[in-house]
This record gives sequence, C-alpha cells and structure tokens, in this order.
Amino acid sequence: MFAALYRWLDERLHLDGLIAPLRHKTVPTHRLSYWYFFGGITLFLFIVQVLTGILLLLYYRPSANEAFESVQYIVTRVQFGWLIRSIHSWSANLMIFTAFVHMFSVLFLKAYRKPREMTWVSGVLLLFLVMGFGFSGYLLPWNKLAFFATTVGTQMAGQVPVIGQPMMVFLRGGPQVTGATLTRFFGFHVAVLPGLVVVLLAIHLFLVQRQGMSVPPKVEAAWTANPSLRREMRFFPNFLLRELMAWYVAIGTLGALAALFPWNLGVKAEPFASAPAGIKPEWYFLFMYQTLKLIPSKVWIVDGEVLGILGCSLAGLFWLLLPFFESDKPARTRTWITGLGVFALVYVIVMSVYGYVAQ
Amino acid sequence: MAMLRNKVCGFAAPRSAVLAGFLGLAACLGYGQAVNSCLDCHSTMPAPLGVTSDKFSQDIHAQKGLTCTSCHGGDASSYDPTVAMGSKAGFKGKIDRRQIPDLCGSCHSNPNLMRQYDPSLRTDQLAEYHTSVHGKRLVAGDTKVAVCIDCHSVHDIRPPSDPRSTVNPVNVATTCSRCHADANYMKQYGIPTDQFARYNTSVHHDALAVRGDLSAPTCTTCHGNHGAVPPGVDKVQNVCANCHVFQAQMYAKSTHSKVFQEKGLPGCVVCHTNHGIHMPSDAMLSTGPGGVCMRCHAPGDHCDRARASILANLTQLDATIKQADDALRLAESSGMEVSEARLSQDQARDALTKARVTIHSFQAALVDQDIQVGMKIAAANLKAGKDAMIERNHRRIGLGLCLIAIAIMLVGLWLYIRKLES
Amino acid sequence: MCADYIAQPRTTRRHAIEIFLGGGVLASLASFLYPVLRFLVPPPVVDLGGDEVVAAKVGDLKPNSGEIFRFGSRPGLLILESDGTYRALSATCTHLGCTVQYRSDLRQIWCPCHNGIYDLSGRNISGPPPRPLDAFDVHLRGDQVVVSRKREA
Repeated sequence: MFAALYRWLDERLHLDGLIAPLRHKTVPTHRLSYWYFFGGITLFLFIVQVLTGILLLLYYRPSANEAFESVQYIVTRVQFGWLIRSIHSWSANLMIFTAFVHMFSVLFLKAYRKPREMTWVSGVLLLFLVMGFGFSGYLLPWNKLAFFATTVGTQMAGQVPVIGQPMMVFLRGGPQVTGATLTRFFGFHVAVLPGLVVVLLAIHLFLVQRQGMSVPPKVEAAWTANPSLRREMRFFPNFLLRELMAWYVAIGTLGALAALFPWNLGVKAEPFASAPAGIKPEWYFLFMYQTLKLIPSKVWIVDGEVLGILGCSLAGLFWLLLPFFESDKPARTRTWITGLGVFALVYVIVMSVYGYVAQ
Repeated sequence: MAMLRNKVCGFAAPRSAVLAGFLGLAACLGYGQAVNSCLDCHSTMPAPLGVTSDKFSQDIHAQKGLTCTSCHGGDASSYDPTVAMGSKAGFKGKIDRRQIPDLCGSCHSNPNLMRQYDPSLRTDQLAEYHTSVHGKRLVAGDTKVAVCIDCHSVHDIRPPSDPRSTVNPVNVATTCSRCHADANYMKQYGIPTDQFARYNTSVHHDALAVRGDLSAPTCTTCHGNHGAVPPGVDKVQNVCANCHVFQAQMYAKSTHSKVFQEKGLPGCVVCHTNHGIHMPSDAMLSTGPGGVCMRCHAPGDHCDRARASILANLTQLDATIKQADDALRLAESSGMEVSEARLSQDQARDALTKARVTIHSFQAALVDQDIQVGMKIAAANLKAGKDAMIERNHRRIGLGLCLIAIAIMLVGLWLYIRKLES
Repeated sequence: MCADYIAQPRTTRRHAIEIFLGGGVLASLASFLYPVLRFLVPPPVVDLGGDEVVAAKVGDLKPNSGEIFRFGSRPGLLILESDGTYRALSATCTHLGCTVQYRSDLRQIWCPCHNGIYDLSGRNISGPPPRPLDAFDVHLRGDQVVVSRKREA
C-alpha cells in the first residue's frame, strides 16, 4: 500500500531525486558519536513544545484578569490538562538543557570549525531565541513569581546604554509590567519567536543535511592516515532508529516528570503588591543574574549593572562569532578555544549552583 | 526709622498720617491674630505656669475661637499684669479642682450653646458625672478623683476621634491607668490596681490596640465614661451581651444564669474573668489547668458528664478539621486541585465556632447538633483530600502503563536495529 | 511490498521483533493519543473566565431568600428579593472574616459572629463591621444566574 502511494507521488513530484541523497547519507561512528544525538533530542523537545503549546492554546486566555484562572482551569478541569501543562513546562526546561549540552558538545568536538561556521552562528541564535521562549513563556501563567521575575529581567534589559530604555518599554508594552506585557509576551511566544525559530531551524537543518556530520579533528586525522579505520552508519534507517529510541526515552522522562513532579500553579500576581524577598529568574538565567549580583555597584566611574549587562552582551557576541576566531594556525587557537569552552562550562555550572543556593 | 522720624519731625499732619498708615499696615499684617497677652507671657514660663501657643493651637476650643479668658477670665489685650489678671476683668486664676466640672459644664451642658458649635454633641456629661463614683466622691470633698481635665487633658484638648486624644478609644486604658494602676495613689481606696496590666494581656486589648478594631471594648465601654461605675455583679452579662449577643442569649436561658444570680456571682466573669480576658480555649472545659467547670461541680455528677461529652465532641471536630486540612495540603502539594474542598473547610470551621458559642447554653445535646453539622462537612473534605490522592495514584498507574508501552517500543527498536545490522 | 513480505518464511526471531515493534508502536501511540484526545473534548463545566460564575439556576432560590455560592476562592451571597431582584455580594464579613447570611425576617444581611448588619447594597449599618461588603453584578443568561465582578468605569 505504501509502495502504491509512493509511486503516485513520485510520478508527480519526482521524489527519487529528493530522497536518494537521504538514502545515501551516512553518519560517522566513533568513540564520541553519541553526542550527535543531542541535536535531534533538542529538535524533538521543540516539536513536543509546539504540540503541547497548541493544545494549551485551546484553553489559555492571555489577559491579566483571566490568565491565571485559565491555567488553573486547564490543570484542574480539563481532562489530562495537568499532563499537557506539566509536559510543556518540563519540556521547556529540558529543551534548554539539551540545547546547552548540544552546544557544548559541538564546541568540544570542534564541529564549529570551517566549513560549518554558519551552522554554529544559526545555532547560537537559536539558543538565544529558545531562551526568549523561556522568558516569555514563564510570564504567561501570570503568577507572583513570574510577574516579579519579568520585572527584574526587563529592568536589566533596560540598563543597556542608549537603547536600553526604549528596548525595555518595547518589551513591557509600557513603562511597567502590566496586562499589556502579558499580551505582548503572548504574541512573542506563540507567533514571533516560533516564526523566527522555524526559519533559523530550517537553515540550521539544511546546513547539517548538506554538509553532513563533522568529525572531531583527532579522529579525522586518524582516518585520513588510515582510511580503513573509517566507520560509518547509514542515516536512514540506522541512525534514525537510534534517534527514535532517544526520543522515546525523552517522552518517557517527560511523562514521568509530569506525573511525579507536577508543575506548580503558584499564587496569582498582584501588580500593586510589593515583591517577595529572594526573587530569582529561572535556572537558565541564573548564571548571568548571579554574575550581575557579584559586580560592585560602581566600578571606577561606570555603574556596575551597566558594566555587567555590557559585559554579558559582549560575551554573547563573542560566543556567536566564535568560529571566526580560529586563525590559520588551528592547533593553537583550538586549544585556546577548548580552554575557553571548559572555563565557560565550569563558570555556567558554578554560577548557576551559586545562584540557586544564594539567598 | 530714625531718619524717617527726623524727616517728618517738623510736619505734624504728615507725621500722624504716616503713623496711622504704619498702624494700619501693622493691623493688616496682624489681621486674624488677636493680641493674646496671656500666651505671650505664659508661653515663656516653665511648668506649671507654662502654656505654649503651639500646644494651645492644638486645642479644639482654640480652633473654635475660644481663648484663655473664656475659662480663666481676665483681659487678654493688656500686657499689664494688674489689668490682665485683675479681678475687674474677672480673672479666676487656676481653677479649683472642685469647680472644674461645673466650669466645663457651664458650656457643655448648655444645649442651646453647644448647638452653635456641634449640634450632635451630647450635653449630659455633667449629669452623668454626678452619678459616677468620681463625681460623688468629688462632691464629698475628695479631690484625688478624676475631674474633666484629668481624662481630657487641658490646654490641648482634642476631640475623641483624634488618634492623639487622651480619650480616643485606643488611649483610654492608658489614661485611666494613670491613677488606677498607681498602687500608692489608690492605696486608700482598697480596690485592685492590676486592671490595666491584666487588660493589656487581654484579647480585647489585642483587638483594639494591635488589630486596630475600634469596636473592641476598653475601660469606658464596660464601665461608662462620664458616669463611670463598675457594673453591678448582677448586671455584668448585660454589658458583655452588647457584643457577645448569642452567648448572652444562651446563657440567659441556661441553668447557670439563675444560679449565679441567686448566689450573687458576676455572670460571665465567673469563667472568663473581667479585665484579663483571654481567648477562650477548649481547655476551659477540661479537668486540668485552665479548666473552670470543676471549680464548682463534683467529679462524676451529671454536669461533669455533660462537660466531658461536650469536650469530647469539640475535640473530635477540631481533630477532624485538622485531619482534612492535612489531607488537602498533601493533595495540593502533589499537584491535585482541591480548592473547592478548601473553601468548604471554612464552613466546617464556622460550625466549630458556632458549637463553641452554644456551650453557653450548657446543654450537651444542643452543642452536639452544631458539632454534627461541622463533622459532616469536615468528613466530606477529608474524603475529598483522600480521593485526590487516589486520583494521584491513578495517574501514577497510568504513567506506569505508558512507560511499559515505551519500554516495549524501545526493546522492539533495539531488536530491529540489531537485526538490520547483523 | 506487501506481497514480498508474506512470501518470506517467518522466523521466531522476526516474530518477536514484530510483536515488540508493532505492539510497542501501537501501545505507545495509544498512550500518547488517548490523553490528547480526551484533552480536546471541552469539560462539562465551561470556563467563563475568572470574572464570572454561574451562581445558581433560575428557580433555585425562593423569593426573599439567600444562598452561598463560590466565587473564585471566596464565598459569595446570592439574594433573591421579594420583588424578583437578584443581588450578589461578597459573603466574607469585613470585621473578622466570618461568612454572613441573609436574614429573611430582617431583610438584611447579618453576620452571626458579632451581630454585624449590612443592608442589601452591602453597606455596613450596624455592629462592628468597619467596611461595606463588595457588591457584584448579576445577569440572567437563559436559565442561569450569572454573577460577575463589577466592571470598572
């Protein structure tokens, strides 16, 4: 039956031309090739987000009066609403985590090097967009924690010199965080960011398909010296089936997390109440937040927070353009970049933990 | 100034014109400020003769246009002491304590006069005062008792609605305590002086001073203010009944009411005390410390059995409510939604409160009725909490089944991959 | 493709794989689709939003009587006056938080805890309550009595 369908489509679209390269595509196998799965896992978690997000959209109301109650309605009255909502919240966090793992694995396996610079750039941009998803989505249940975390977060964005204030007003939909912010964040979360991510994702995936999987330099060198050592696996069906197993493990983990550790509703936000003590952003922003907290309020003549924000922005820009810092003498800059990567990873972990336990 | 004087020296008409002009200017500048020689001198004097204009300007009488001479007589326009404080101007000097009530009453008991200032003000304070312990003792010659200025202060009298007033409800107890808590001062009267200290530990003080509930009682609420007399032993429950309506109604119909009256016992005060009234607890029904019933009743008699039954019922309802609270909290922290049941818990607590009021009927059957209403609600909420946990367990079973399905799939995939690659 | 499949002899091993794979696909997809399908069906209690609630059905209340209903996380009091007017107010007494009730003999709202009295507009007219009760809007929708928070001007 599938064969008949395939023939019908092929007569009209000449599918063979498209499918053939996929049939021949291979994935190198070596000691470190397990890291290749993380990109696909991140993609799968994103698909889970889109699907559960669409389901939630059927009941959610993006107005300050009704947002919290609509989420409460979903979690308590809608059949399996608790499951869809908790999966959406857990998958968001898991996706950001796997995105970081994927990025660091690409860094340490040196997959960003020529000719894959554009893949790295599109990937880092995707990471920023995904963190934007996290930031905008966090506000949508309109609870106290989210309200104040958004206030603090947009406040920090406002510290950038020159463009900071207009940017903050743009994000907030006004000078303060209000129902207008909620509507705006909802628009970002379900329309603007998905649109941007789809475009960047298409570019990212096309590049990966076109250029194939990168092999770490040492392995590449060994294989060049001795071609008989080269091991490869067919992408379709071998790699894909393994990827499918990883996806099944992911969905199982999500279900378990949703059932065993359901996501809290919190308390409805009161815009005129004072902020509770110890407001912190979500864990994936903690390392930046904690860094900013450690910077003294005035460094020489520059305001500490401004310096911190600028520093973070510069670090982000540097990270984005990382592949272009590899000079013609790859060996030395490679070690240098590996060292930087280790430092960055350790820094992110230490600062996140510190931010979590700090008062 | 000297220059001006020299310049106008030779011209009589222009000089008086300028002088008149200057006085006119001064009068314009001083418009609204009548000359008050009393304050001008006395504001610089030390106590007890000192009264600053700052202090006096806070006084409601000053704000209504009265001055020193309104009470003390004299002539406020003159700086000459023999004129200002002369008998020709009717100067009274320091008013003798025994004459203060009549002096204040000369305006405050005159409805026609007071109507001009505030038609809703009462004018029977003096008449009430004459019925009070203070008023009677004053007439008999005791000048240690309170007169108007002891409570209302003097020279900076504020209306009682002003939070800074000494007779504002929040401050009344402190004002009374100035004499009534002073053991030395009160020695000759033979009455206790611990009322203020006790009141400060009471639930009424907590409501009034801490929670700011101005409907809570202070000294004057139960004793009266101008006609202050302790309520008679047989009238205490009337006083309490003003707020604690249901307890009083039930008590009035109960056996205790008649018995206490016959024995000359002070009603509510017998169990609840008077000044240091604490939040009542179920322990008052017990036989241990804090228990009040066994002070009169014999162990094992009909009343003791009723007491035990009431206590047991109350304890059971209290425990069931707590159990339900715990179950609901557990369900909530496991991610289940139980807000409906939580709201219903308020009704159960209301039933318990009602049951505790019904104690004052001293009939175990009536208390039991209220308890049963509460038990039904609390039991339903406890069930809701337990049902929520069962639902939670169902979810885990569902999860387990799903994970089994996934495990089967994983095994299948693995076998298939192995087969493909062999 | 189907014809080829049937022609080859089935081995036990292949049979096992078929069971696991086929069964796994079916079972896992069912366990994903079942919650999603149930999710898509609107629940019987329709979400009206946080601002309104169906307090009662027309005919539930007799004239000159009141009933407690739930509004969000707090109780509300729905009153049907003798002339057929519906009134809805917050049922939490502003004194110490007890639940008030409608007294058909007084035609006023009464708090049993300390004898506080409110008129039917919610104004505190006697006893300890320091503030009026919040009033809500009431509309009839078909046979439902719908109570909603007052629209801000």
